[in-house]
Amino acid sequence: MDFMLSKQHEMARTLFKEFAEKEVKPLAQEVDETEVFPRGTVEKMAKAGFLGIPVPKEYGGQGCDPLTYAMCVEELSKVCGTTGVIVSAHTSLCCDPIMTYGTEEQKQKYLVPLAKGEKLGAFGLTEPGAGTDAQGQQTKAVLEGDEWVLNGSKIFITNGKEADVYVIFAVTGVVTDKKGRSKKLISAFIVEKGTPGFTFGTKEKKMGIRGSSTYELIFTDCRIPKENLLGQEGKGFGIAMHTLDGGRIGIAAQALGLAEGALDRTVEYVKERKQFGRAIGAFQNTQFQLADMATKVQAAQLLVYKAAMAKATQKVYSIEAATAKLYAAEVAMEVTTKAVQLHGGYGYIREYDVERMMRDAKITEIYEGTSEVQRMVISGALLK
Amino acid sequence: MKIVVCIKQVPDTKGGVKFNPDGTLDRGAMLTIMNPDDKAGLEAALRLKDKYDAEVTVVTMGLPKAEEVLREAIAMGADKGVLVTDRVLGGADTWATSQTLAGAIRNLEYDLIITGRQAIDGDTAQVGPQISEHLGIPVISYAQKIEIEGDSVIVERQFDDRYHVLKAKMPCLITALAELNEPRYMTPGGIFDAYNAEITVWGRANLVNVEDSNLGLKGSPTQIAKASDKVRKGAGEKVNLDAAESVDYIIDKLKVKHVI
Repeated sequence: MDFMLSKQHEMARTLFKEFAEKEVKPLAQEVDETEVFPRGTVEKMAKAGFLGIPVPKEYGGQGCDPLTYAMCVEELSKVCGTTGVIVSAHTSLCCDPIMTYGTEEQKQKYLVPLAKGEKLGAFGLTEPGAGTDAQGQQTKAVLEGDEWVLNGSKIFITNGKEADVYVIFAVTGVVTDKKGRSKKLISAFIVEKGTPGFTFGTKEKKMGIRGSSTYELIFTDCRIPKENLLGQEGKGFGIAMHTLDGGRIGIAAQALGLAEGALDRTVEYVKERKQFGRAIGAFQNTQFQLADMATKVQAAQLLVYKAAMAKATQKVYSIEAATAKLYAAEVAMEVTTKAVQLHGGYGYIREYDVERMMRDAKITEIYEGTSEVQRMVISGALLK
Repeated sequence: MKIVVCIKQVPDTKGGVKFNPDGTLDRGAMLTIMNPDDKAGLEAALRLKDKYDAEVTVVTMGLPKAEEVLREAIAMGADKGVLVTDRVLGGADTWATSQTLAGAIRNLEYDLIITGRQAIDGDTAQVGPQISEHLGIPVISYAQKIEIEGDSVIVERQFDDRYHVLKAKMPCLITALAELNEPRYMTPGGIFDAYNAEITVWGRANLVNVEDSNLGLKGSPTQIAKASDKVRKGAGEKVNLDAAESVDYIIDKLKVKHVI
């Protein structure tokens, strides 16, 4: 077991850090204030190959491992939570399921432009009545001749209006089990923006990751080709769950980055801020809090990297992913909150990054599976 | 078309400066980066590669760890890397460095050699032109724009308040300014490929037409008398006067200090 990063991974981190400092950090505050999607940054990331890091080269990607991808989201999130989630949702929730379950034709048609960053991806599972209870899906897909007809809506979709390719889940049938209970059969589909019958509803006004495009998707007799069924009919729920396992690693990396960014800012601040004739970093209360924050961040990092390594080497990595996401998100919330506190009054002022980081951190405990869901996954495995 | 790009691994000023007892830099102990002018030269070569399908070979002289800067160049898109490293080459000034690099480059085929204008550690801007002299090829320095026309290069050379347009037949050498372009980022995949690439490593024995008396610290006409980190001065004297009074005050001070 080697805890040291390889030279390649170190160099990759240098690349991501340099890009984040130069291209992303200067815009972070403005993106948050104006809630404008950072399209320019997305184009630069596309050029640098950041939108297809774990996708194999033959499909237009960089052919790197999940750890390299996680490090990219981590470094971006250290300076901007919005930018981190854009990459994470696109890569883990759209590129990955098409890579895993797509036909060769689907990969050529959709995965290649996604991995090259020519198109942006999104994932539509959540509905007004189906959050943690994902089986509560109401969106329906009915096969009519050569087309699937979709009806329903999805909410809280990341990359919402900015994406071009969407992985959408819908009910395609019902089965009755031996006990007479009916269970929905859910399938996954690839839907392109601009398809007649596919429109957008409300843009959500959020507490944090305000530059992220979060929209309602509306399907009204939306017809898509038969070929756009992703994976097997009726197996959509499994596809969603497996995809979310990978997505959780991305979000865990985002949470980790937010925590690290907040810690770094706070360390700088307490060295400069003087009260009672000395830097507040000289007070043991401050020092002990920083020590606790740093220790938790270290632990979170190891869990995130371990989950990434598990994805590279294991077929199933749900537990590792759930553990990393649960811990990193809670650490992010705790560390960013403490960061604001240690900044005192200035921590509450929007010019200081830490207040944005605290607002950004909250969602990591909620999306792609709430912390409660992660606890269900972990305890479920223990008590099997 | 074959392009050789000389790049240097230099200290990253963010990391602090460390010296050996003889006044030379303790490069092994410092944070390092690719010299900015060289990076621009590399980017220029890569753009020519994109346009004309050229082959780009990067060459660096340094400690074994200078290999990192070759990997970075390959991750950006260079095709081959050559590391020139040997104990006897260490401590070289610009004369010995240019002798070494010319000796190495004599092993390679090239239509164009691109170097950075100057390195941020030495700041002499001598090595590029010296290499061209050793190799007997024309040099155009301070390039702010490079174009190829048939068997020649057409270069805009930066000058004080204007620029000159020069044309030279290849093979020739061009020194690049950091302002020449915005270098591309490495790609994540490129980094992993770069570490799989084979770096050619040459020592003193591989240098062609070079004498020992021109190599290393011993072969360096420039000797370092003293080297130190920047000494932090005091805050100085602050005076608030109007413009006319300020001028008189400053002139008096300069006279007292025998500056004028």
